[in-house]
Amino acid sequence: LSICSRTVEPLEYYRRFLKENCRPDGRELGEFRTTTVNIGKCLCSITTADGSALVKLGNTTVICGVKAELAAPAVDSANKGYIVPNVELPSLCAERFRSGPPGEEAQAASQFIADVIENSQMIVKEDLCIANGKLAWVLYCDIICLDYDGNLLDASVFALLAALKNVQLPLVTINEETGLSEVNLKQKNPLIMRKHPVATSFAVFDDTLLIVDPTAEEEDLATGTVTIVTDEEGRLCSVHKPGGSPLTGAKLQDCITRAITRHKEVKKLIDKVIKSITPK
Amino acid sequence: SVSPGDTSVLAGLYGPAEAKISKELPDRAALEVLLRPKVGLPGVLERSREQLLRQTCEAVVLGVLHPRTAITLVLQVLSDAGSLLSCCLNAACMALLDAGLPLAALFCGVTCALQPDGTILLDPTARQEQEARAILTFAISSSERKVLMTTTKGSCSVEEMQQCLASAQRAADTIFQFYRDSVRRRYSKC
Repeated sequence: LSICSRTVEPLEYYRRFLKENCRPDGRELGEFRTTTVNIGKCLCSITTADGSALVKLGNTTVICGVKAELAAPAVDSANKGYIVPNVELPSLCAERFRSGPPGEEAQAASQFIADVIENSQMIVKEDLCIANGKLAWVLYCDIICLDYDGNLLDASVFALLAALKNVQLPLVTINEETGLSEVNLKQKNPLIMRKHPVATSFAVFDDTLLIVDPTAEEEDLATGTVTIVTDEEGRLCSVHKPGGSPLTGAKLQDCITRAITRHKEVKKLIDKVIKSITPK
Repeated sequence: SVSPGDTSVLAGLYGPAEAKISKELPDRAALEVLLRPKVGLPGVLERSREQLLRQTCEAVVLGVLHPRTAITLVLQVLSDAGSLLSCCLNAACMALLDAGLPLAALFCGVTCALQPDGTILLDPTARQEQEARAILTFAISSSERKVLMTTTKGSCSVEEMQQCLASAQRAADTIFQFYRDSVRRRYSKC
């Protein structure tokens, strides 16, 4: 009988759980799913990328690969490199995504990631410049969702953060006589990351209830979503509420407080993982 | 057509009309937003803005009264001199009003710019936007001034965000008065 109710009247089924302040998968309203992250060539198995990470948030699986290439900087910003994020939602991750040109969700997610990088200044573009006006790094960050079970934005930001921490850029010098660039693959330096933004997503139910880390089923039933991106100083890099039910300022404040707590948990996790893969 | 200062956006609303079978929803109206920039083809930024506008409109339009129909909102940017997203929001709401669609509430768009010295500026020009530390755009609903949509550019502290939200909610009163006056002017001629 309960299985019938879940398919026939999903909202009523969910409401029964929410009344008891819990969710069908046994979590509290403010509890996150188990987060696991694999960084680097050995664990993540993208051997062609300069930096890679695989993040699992419950069933949602997102992989990020960063490739660094050389290019001439733009004329109007001669001392800046480029960071190009791209989020892909291939048809293998969920039924609703068809193959073909990127849909609205993928494009909106790509724009969101680009905004997070820009707003948080996690990578300052001036750090990517090698020679003013002549040569700069381009970081192509490809974020691909392998299994979509809700909360894509949190997982993508986390995967991006982990992959960028893993990137090792070779030293590039410009030979003054020939004017050509020489890449020294033996000497590699890690990327300079100024800030570590972490995203926390919430789903709004029936205009009042806020639940953290929604699954795909919960996202479909929710009347709105909010994503808050914070950095380590407690500053807000992004408050992203794309429409949906209206919220008061106080509810938004609750979300922000929860996001700041979540940041600390995620930072601890990333530090632990980085420490475990650094060769001693 | 809404133009605060020199920013100008033209909005056209079509619907509720018959929807394509692939797009129709069985219990509500399917809302679609198309944002056309002044120059060039619509890109990723336009798609992300379309998603913001669409979900904001979906929250207020009573779609359940018109199931299996399509409502299309087309926004054309005529000129951009700052505060573009809030201009689009205002144009969208006025188009919904003008079309006579059933709405649960009205909404208005307000942009706040945080200057480097900490002062809050409402409806910044393009120049002020560039100099600002952070730009926050809110869609405030007419019922209890709740927040329908927020987008931020740049980083700010939590207190600054709350202050911007409070000033945006106060400014929303002026915009809703403007809606009232425009609608009154339009219908007083007939």
